[in-house]
Amino acid sequence: MKNDFRARNHPAYWAFLVHRVSGLALTVFLPLHFWALGQALGGEARLDGFLRWTEQPLVKFAETALVLLLAAHMAGGVRLLMLEFLAWRDWQKSLLAAATGVSIAAGLAFLLNLV
Amino acid sequence: MSTLRVRVWRGGETGRFQEFEVPRLESQTVLDVVTYIQRSLDPTLAYRFACRVGMCGSCAMTVNGKARWTCRTHVAKVADGDRLDIAPLNHLPVVKDLVADMSVFFDKWAAAKGRFQGARTRKDDFARVPPDSRRRKLVDEAIECIGCGVCYSSCDVVSWNPDYLGPAALNRAWTLYNDVRDTGQKARLAAVAGDAGCHACHTHMSCTERCPKQLSPTAGIAGLKRAVLTAALKGEL
Repeated sequence: MKNDFRARNHPAYWAFLVHRVSGLALTVFLPLHFWALGQALGGEARLDGFLRWTEQPLVKFAETALVLLLAAHMAGGVRLLMLEFLAWRDWQKSLLAAATGVSIAAGLAFLLNLV
Repeated sequence: MSTLRVRVWRGGETGRFQEFEVPRLESQTVLDVVTYIQRSLDPTLAYRFACRVGMCGSCAMTVNGKARWTCRTHVAKVADGDRLDIAPLNHLPVVKDLVADMSVFFDKWAAAKGRFQGARTRKDDFARVPPDSRRRKLVDEAIECIGCGVCYSSCDVVSWNPDYLGPAALNRAWTLYNDVRDTGQKARLAAVAGDAGCHACHTHMSCTERCPKQLSPTAGIAGLKRAVLTAALKGEL
C-alpha cells in the first residue's frame, strides 16, 4: 500500500511541495518571460507598449504572485543546500520557518512598493 | 464504557478493511487493541509483536495513515474520535493481515554494505575509539536504529523508486562510514552512490519526522551525499 496525505502531513513535506510546485510554475512562466523580452526585437515602441500593458493593476497583482514564487523557490533551494552541505544541526524546522519568512517578506516588500 | 470502531486490514496485497468494535480502556495501546481483536473477536487475525516495550521493532504498523510502533502508541493519542484504521506497513509486501514481509527491507541493508568489515582478529587487542572523537559522535547520533521499518514505510521515494535503498539502510551505511575500524569504505560508498542510493533522497524528511527513536536518517543521507561527492572529486569512486 502507498502513503496518503496523512503520512505526508508534516512541515518538511509541505516545503518539498512548495519547492516543486513553485519550480514547475516558474518553468511554465519562463517562455512568457522570453517572449516579453523578445518584443524588443520588434522595436522600442513595441516593448514599451507591452510594458505599459503590464502596469495594469491585475497584471501587477499577478506579478506579486510571481515574486512570491521566485522567493519561495530560492529560499527553499537555499534551505536544501544548507541541509545537505552544512554540518547537521537540529534546527531544520527553524530553517524551514526562516525560508517561509524570507519568501513572504519578499512578496510583501514587492506589494508595498506597488501601493 | 465507550467503544472504539476499528478497521483492520484483512488479506494479503489485495484485501479489505474489516470493522471491529473494541472496548476503550484507559492507557490502552494500539497493540492492546489488535491483541484484543485476535484473542476475543477473531483468532485468525495475523500480526507480529515480541517485546511490547519499544525494544524489538517488530510491531510497527500503519495506524490512521502513519507508520508507528503499535506497542508505544496510546489509542488516546492517535484515535480520530472513536475511529482507528490499522494496516500493515506501507511499501512492503503483505504476508497476511497486519504482517508485512520485511525481506526487501533487510536485503537493502545488505546491498548498502551494512555489515561491519574489520581488519582485526580475535587474537588482536581491542580497537580504541575515543568516545568524544568527531566520528564516534556521528555514529552515536545514528546507531540506535532497531530496524523497525517505520522510516522505510513513511518514505515516498521508496514507492517512487522501488530500488531505492531507503532511509534505514542508508543510515546504517552512514554509521559504518564513520566507524574508523571499518575497512570496506570504498565498496560501501560505491554501493550508496548509485541511482537508488543517497542521491535519490528528495529530503522530504518523513523518515526523520516518524522515527520512533528520534533519529535523523536525513542527516546521515546528507552526510553520505557529501562523502560520495568528496570521494568522487578525489577520484576515489
